[in-house]
Amino acid sequence: MSFMEVLMIIIPSTLLWAAPLVFTALGGVFSERSGVVNIGLEGLMWIGAFSSIVFNLTFVHVFGNWTPWISLLAAMVAGGLFAILHAVASITFRADHTVSGVAINLLASGITLFLVKYIYGKGETDIIQKGFSKIDIPVLKDIPVIGKLFFQDTYWTSYLAIVVAFIAWYIIYKTPFGLRLRSCGEHPMAADTMGINVTKMRYLGVIISGMLGGIGGGVYAEAISSNFSHATISGQGFMALAAMIFGKWHPLGAMGAAIFFGFAQSISIIGSSLPLLKNIPDVYLLIAPYVLTILALTGFIGRAEAPKADGVHYIKGSR
Amino acid sequence: MKRSKIGLALSLLLAVGTLLGACGKANNNAGNNATGGKKGFTVGMVTDIGGIDDKSFNQSAWKGLQDFGTANHLSQGKNGYDYLQSQSDADYATNLNTLSRQGFDLIYGIGYLMQNDVDTVAKQQPKSHFAIIDAEVKEPNVASVLFRENESSFLAGVVAGMTTKTNKIGFIGGMESDVIQRFESGFVAGVKAANPNATVDIQYAASFSDAAKGQAIASRMYSSGDDVVFAAAGATGNGLFKEARDRKAKNPNQAIWVIGVDQDQSAEGIVTAGGKQVNVVITSAMKRVDNAVKDLTTKTKNGSFPGGKTSIYGLAENGVGLSTINPALPNKAAVEKAVSDWTSKIKSGTVKVPATRAELKTFSVK
Repeated sequence: MSFMEVLMIIIPSTLLWAAPLVFTALGGVFSERSGVVNIGLEGLMWIGAFSSIVFNLTFVHVFGNWTPWISLLAAMVAGGLFAILHAVASITFRADHTVSGVAINLLASGITLFLVKYIYGKGETDIIQKGFSKIDIPVLKDIPVIGKLFFQDTYWTSYLAIVVAFIAWYIIYKTPFGLRLRSCGEHPMAADTMGINVTKMRYLGVIISGMLGGIGGGVYAEAISSNFSHATISGQGFMALAAMIFGKWHPLGAMGAAIFFGFAQSISIIGSSLPLLKNIPDVYLLIAPYVLTILALTGFIGRAEAPKADGVHYIKGSR
Repeated sequence: MKRSKIGLALSLLLAVGTLLGACGKANNNAGNNATGGKKGFTVGMVTDIGGIDDKSFNQSAWKGLQDFGTANHLSQGKNGYDYLQSQSDADYATNLNTLSRQGFDLIYGIGYLMQNDVDTVAKQQPKSHFAIIDAEVKEPNVASVLFRENESSFLAGVVAGMTTKTNKIGFIGGMESDVIQRFESGFVAGVKAANPNATVDIQYAASFSDAAKGQAIASRMYSSGDDVVFAAAGATGNGLFKEARDRKAKNPNQAIWVIGVDQDQSAEGIVTAGGKQVNVVITSAMKRVDNAVKDLTTKTKNGSFPGGKTSIYGLAENGVGLSTINPALPNKAAVEKAVSDWTSKIKSGTVKVPATRAELKTFSVK
């Protein structure tokens, strides 16, 4: 297998694998930048995956080829609504953020599996007929070398994820809204003094995180698993959480980390057919993604610092 | 001091009472059975966390019980056939005990995850009859049920070997285990038997639930020229179906195929390519847990419960088999003929399908 062929397998599968994680990790960034720890990303992905599949199955005859995109919107709305629960518990009622997040995870898996049984009368849904499929991106695909590597046999959602990451970076770092959001996560009292409504900003942060987490779940369901069952979302939300921390709570960092995870995963899959790595026992290739991640976390990234007031309740008037 | 002693005594009394109560109940039921006549044969099963609609062996086992019930005019419930679903690993022992106390004549534990619990409960309830699917428990009141997955995989391998144009075939395994090794060895042997020039590209995903990884492996396999891929990997296999459908939709002329597992998975291969509906699934290597459950239950009802023994269900016992071959296959008639030839050879015992990699090394067909 030539080097070019190897890259042609690694790059699309890296991007495919990373897309749901990028969306969800960006969701985590919004929530934690506003000062609310969101360990419930996994649950939000459950909700997103579930609602996108149900919407897709129900409305495929109405929307035709646009179904996956509209289902993604449905997943976004469902994720946003579900995240309100987390916001109410952890902001208004000052519950511990981690406990509330765990509750979100448990509730999401329970409620979605229950609803699948209730709606379809069986443990998992059928396969969707209109999901995200492989495409060649017009024009760009004809660029020599790069076109073949990056823009053929790929998925729209992978590029959407990268674009959204840049938009998120712009919003968080270049707009007044972003500055306010960050100030609530760093020093809510100072923000309050300046007339920013801390509660409102935190609510917004959590709801945006729910919307992005929902999209992440929807992308996974519609581009990869194609149906919804108890095994559809199994740990991706926690991977996204790790990507967010790995990316130092920065949107572009989170995106890079998610892509790095995807790359490590692809290397472990392609490894067995590379001449160089052929003689390495399987088990080393299988653990490679995790070893690479640990190495990267300890060696190259340096200290990951969370927003100062992440997970701290803001109570007006107390010091 | 005195108070705490009284408390201790009270709680001991309570504990003894509970235990005796439980015993009493069990004895009563056992008594009912012994005196007989009052109620017919009853059979129950404990599912693992998948539940009776998991599209896999729980569902299949439950179907077997339902078929048995219909054939013997039983109704669902305590006096006929029933199931208990486990919500977590911790429920297995409790559920097995519950069914045993309710006096079921035969109690199934579905899946190798229940091996230890069936063993424990069988010792505690020596008068009850138990059966376990996909594992072995050496107790006089437990019947173990295993399947020859290697035989159905062998037939799948024959189909793959006759279908491939590139002489390259892929196999995706879930996790390394005896069962998946039977799939692998049988499949490779089948490919070799049908097409000695073909090679099998084997990769394990180390997971039964990672569709993304399944898709990436499938992508690598199809990209490197494998044109038939067989996955014995649970939900990880979903990724294989997705990859095959995507490739077919993008390039309808490409000849790529999938072989399904455990049950007829042809519904997952439907894709619209080039304006018409096609199916990328050739066939599926099925595991007929329902047939095995029905057979064992009938034997038990007739008084020949194979306690302490391991019953192995293969092609000859209808415990495994292939689903129908996709009519779109160009050489369908030849493939079907080869499959039925090999089936009769395996049934008659002239060909012994390898079940491990060691056996595969020495395997040869004349």
